[in-house]
Amino acid sequence: MKLRNYWNLRDAGAQLWEGSNRKGRVTIALSAIVLVALLPFAGASFLATPIAAYDAVLVYPVGVFVLMALGLNIVVGKSGMLDLGYVAFFAIGAYTMALMGTLTSLNTWQIMPFGIAFAMVAGVLLGLPTLRLRGDYLAIVTLGFGEIVRLIALNSSWTKGPNGIANIPMPPDIGPLEFKLDDQKVFFWVVVVMILLTIWMIRRLSIRRPGRAWEAIRQDEDVAELLGVHTLKYKIWSFSLGAAVGGAAGVLYASKNLFIAPEMFTLNVSILILACVVFGGIGNIWGVVVGATILGYLPDRIRFISDARLLVFGIVLVVVMNFRPDGLLPRKKREKIGERAQARL
Amino acid sequence: MFEVLIDQFWSLTIAGIALGFIYVLISLGYTMVYGVLRMINFANSEIFMWGTFGTVITNRDIFHYTQTSEPAKGWKLALVLISALLMSMFVAALTAVFVEFVAYRRLRMKGTNRLATLISAIGISIALAELMRLLTDSRPVGSPRVLEKMILTEVWGANIRLDTVVTIIAAAIIYILLERFIQLSRMGKAIRAVSQNEDSAKLMGVNLNRVITVTFLVGGLATGAAGFFYITVFEYTKFNIGFTMGLAAFTAAVLGGIGNIRGAFLGGLSLGLLEVYASAVLGTQWKAVTVFIVLVLVLLFKPNGLFGEAVQQTRA
Repeated sequence: MKLRNYWNLRDAGAQLWEGSNRKGRVTIALSAIVLVALLPFAGASFLATPIAAYDAVLVYPVGVFVLMALGLNIVVGKSGMLDLGYVAFFAIGAYTMALMGTLTSLNTWQIMPFGIAFAMVAGVLLGLPTLRLRGDYLAIVTLGFGEIVRLIALNSSWTKGPNGIANIPMPPDIGPLEFKLDDQKVFFWVVVVMILLTIWMIRRLSIRRPGRAWEAIRQDEDVAELLGVHTLKYKIWSFSLGAAVGGAAGVLYASKNLFIAPEMFTLNVSILILACVVFGGIGNIWGVVVGATILGYLPDRIRFISDARLLVFGIVLVVVMNFRPDGLLPRKKREKIGERAQARL
Repeated sequence: MFEVLIDQFWSLTIAGIALGFIYVLISLGYTMVYGVLRMINFANSEIFMWGTFGTVITNRDIFHYTQTSEPAKGWKLALVLISALLMSMFVAALTAVFVEFVAYRRLRMKGTNRLATLISAIGISIALAELMRLLTDSRPVGSPRVLEKMILTEVWGANIRLDTVVTIIAAAIIYILLERFIQLSRMGKAIRAVSQNEDSAKLMGVNLNRVITVTFLVGGLATGAAGFFYITVFEYTKFNIGFTMGLAAFTAAVLGGIGNIRGAFLGGLSLGLLEVYASAVLGTQWKAVTVFIVLVLVLLFKPNGLFGEAVQQTRA
């Protein structure tokens, strides 16, 4: 029993948060943000990644994974719909950036709204017909959608097919902050700002009507509908908000990578992001952040076993899931109702 | 646009049926596990991939065939083919049982949420694929040709090749055997009971653990047989072939109505034909897109799959 309490980091964190007053909370939040913002300077410590540049790893995969996992968490964690095609929205954002960046003179920040909008429209278009399906059927349809987007990018001439799109412009400088490839601190800070915005959005929504509607849908869709929740409407909201975050991540990724090709948007990415969500603790924002950080960072950190690192990654997934099936930082007990019920279906 | 389809309709059809039967056998692996666990067995694609290596090892290392040696004839041929088939089935079944034991059992006992099991299955799937990648140095592995691809006869302008015929007939036999096993044997009855209602089955004295292990075993046998036929037709394998084939086979299972055996059969055959026709009409690169669009449409109008309700009653 003692050991279990020791492991319960979520409650320890919650206690600290609940126990402090407004001033204390602001201090905690600000110091956490400052600590995270200083991460790129810790490159010389034990955190350093052996082969890939440390600051680059912080942006992609770590930062982008956290962002996408938060977006997917709206769909999978909050409203309980299994989406295996999340990479599609990432791809739509990335291709919006690539095409508009190379064909027009707009810069990254001006393209960002377009990327988000296109991803959301795609989310609604996919959601309208398919969100009537449930569970595994929804999973396979979204999986199919993800593959369709990739295959269209692969086989169309306007996306330059398998060659991909090169020479995507970098974001313009923000005041004294310069975007550079050999030193990606600024990219990292931008990702952190986007992550904070997303967390803020999710926290706001969670305690208001949409959040309650999602929670009801997740626990029991039929009951939610009987109680007057417009389930389809809120499911589509959840879907397109998740898509928006994915699209934003895609725009940033394309602008950072300067080159994108269809092979970057395979099913594996969707699965990896889903793994981040479940690994960290489905439905719990902080769990998702921790999970995505670990799963994004781990393969690069253990590059010294170079070839076997994905093997180790797979084994880690199995072991952690077997011993902590609710993830590293699970959501509160109260919110777990419904998962058990789903498990029995 | 349609000339190719019309010109080569019959040869396309035969190729489609052969491909369809490979899908049928792999989808059995998905559909049976789904039936008892209500869970997508994500590792089935890797079980298939390991199965293909069973055949390669038999041909190359046990019977010492090389890329240049003469195809086998007569009794020797039958011996090599059957041992390769059995080896593939054995390797795949072993992998399947291993997957169940490592990735599913503990989580199932705890009765935890489905997603944890899904991720655990994905983890073991990554590990299996990566292990094979390390063992083969990421290189494709060609299999020596054992069965000569000679043309037997010509029907309506279509060449009937020996390997296609063997694939279709043998796969059909294996399918029928498995189907009979599920329908007639005591164990098969237990499997069906569990897939209809787990709790009632338990109350009737069904040993749930044994049923689930046997389900994985039988699913593995079918998937392994598919691995053998895949090698017979395509003659090469790689650590990542599981993904595409697994995805297609899973689509086939859903298309037919996942969870029931005949659904897998009809779904697999329809998908095989659909893929071949679609690549003839639209070009190979669009075949996967067509397949997925058809799948989405089918699910929208018949959410239980094309043949879902006809064969199996909808579950509560």
